[in-house]
Amino acid sequence: MIISQQKPIEEILGYLEGESNIFLLGCKGCAEACETGGEKQVLQMKETLTKEGKNITGTCVIDFLCDKALAKTRLFAHEGKIGKADSILFMTCGIGVQATSAVLPKVCHPACNTISVGGARGEWRGEERCNECGDCLLDMTGGICPLTACTKGLINGPCGGSKDGKCEFEPDVRDCGWMLIYERLKKLNKLDNLKKIIEPKDYAKMNPPKDIRSTIMWSLEQKQVN
Amino acid sequence: MNLGEHFKSGKFVVSSEIGPPKGINTEAMLADADLLKGKVDAVNVTDQQSSVMRLGSFVTCHLLKERGIEPNFQVTCRDRNRIALQSDLLSAAVLGIENVLCLTGDYVSLGDHPEAKPVFDLDSVSLLQVVTALQNGKDLSGSELSGSPKFCAGAVVTPGADPLEPQIIKMEKKVKAGAQFFQTQAVYEPDKFEKFMEQVRYLNVPVMLGVVMLKSVGMARFMNKYVAGIHVPDNLIEEMEKTENKADKSIEIAARLIKEMKPMCQGVHIMAIGWEKKVPAVIDAAGL
Repeated sequence: MIISQQKPIEEILGYLEGESNIFLLGCKGCAEACETGGEKQVLQMKETLTKEGKNITGTCVIDFLCDKALAKTRLFAHEGKIGKADSILFMTCGIGVQATSAVLPKVCHPACNTISVGGARGEWRGEERCNECGDCLLDMTGGICPLTACTKGLINGPCGGSKDGKCEFEPDVRDCGWMLIYERLKKLNKLDNLKKIIEPKDYAKMNPPKDIRSTIMWSLEQKQVN
Repeated sequence: MNLGEHFKSGKFVVSSEIGPPKGINTEAMLADADLLKGKVDAVNVTDQQSSVMRLGSFVTCHLLKERGIEPNFQVTCRDRNRIALQSDLLSAAVLGIENVLCLTGDYVSLGDHPEAKPVFDLDSVSLLQVVTALQNGKDLSGSELSGSPKFCAGAVVTPGADPLEPQIIKMEKKVKAGAQFFQTQAVYEPDKFEKFMEQVRYLNVPVMLGVVMLKSVGMARFMNKYVAGIHVPDNLIEEMEKTENKADKSIEIAARLIKEMKPMCQGVHIMAIGWEKKVPAVIDAAGL
């Protein structure tokens, strides 16, 4: 299971600054179990944001936002409400944001930090990867993670090794993550995001306390070991 | 005199570059450096260029300083975390090294230790922030330093990058983070460079044109195929093909490029890649 934690509401409101119409997207997978993106939390978020003067154009809770093909099919029914929104708030893990934002033509904000994937990396079929950094940057980067999409994990833009949109590490197969981010932000009319200096990552957040790190699989494994 | 002071004086600033050896025999490298003494305003010392393990940039800068040559300390984020980088910067300051060129660094797979663990704890922008913070008497975590170092922070940019926009956005961030001058990736097309300089004029920061000496047709084709942001146009490749004296031709081309682009920028950085002995001839031919 992928462990997520809701970001502080101040941070979320910061993302939504200047936007009035928001669509809320929850996930019935891990995020429901973590109580960060199930029906209940989505309704709570709707209430909170409404109080803050936001108009919620719609809400939807889908099984596994990490499966973008499934999510895209399910979201067809909400096309109108999504179309009316300035942005979509994702109440799910970093994988869910990356996968489903790739098939939506809107600005996507993460409402959660991903704390741990708890050894469950093999469950989704996409190319999206999460480093469980505990301080999700996807809001700044158009839903593409710079820590995993960029070979060097750079957070302030491309290095000088990007050629024809490919990375110097494996130019035959690997895209330059920052070119993907640049293209996505350009499409979303959000290139100003690139101008903000992102402060050095707090890598201490990558090492969460044991009670958060513990997952069902992890607990079972501990039992088997002991 | 550090590079910042040279720019302030309004002169056209000239730098070149040496690469430390793989090993501890420094004679040949220092002989090359001595040839540059008095000819250039600073000499860059590469930091394990192309991720190939070598003698360090830091100690080499110190050796240059001892010989009366102004070093430009290249620092990459590939091999050291924020603790080691800050410590090395303080150490450099104690030895009087002031110019610091802040770079991301090539990926480890490009070098001779591809199995190494890449670090990249900081990036070129945050490394510049670190240099600025140290100068203001604080480290990255905000703790007070006993004595503030003095630096002149530099950074790099690739005028031939395609697309160019993300490069310029990052350049702007580097200026905000404290970059006082820029050295560019090699440029062979004056018209493209002119357009680039027009686009970055608003940043109001000195830019040193990067010139890599063309040593052969093979080198030109290799760079075109594999090196990001470098393009050697066909006419220069043809010139190299037709010449009987490659060294003289190389000097002539480098000098011509410098003369042509000098009015567009504030300095030049000449990279000889093994032909360091020919740099004084380039400088003379360019009339610098």
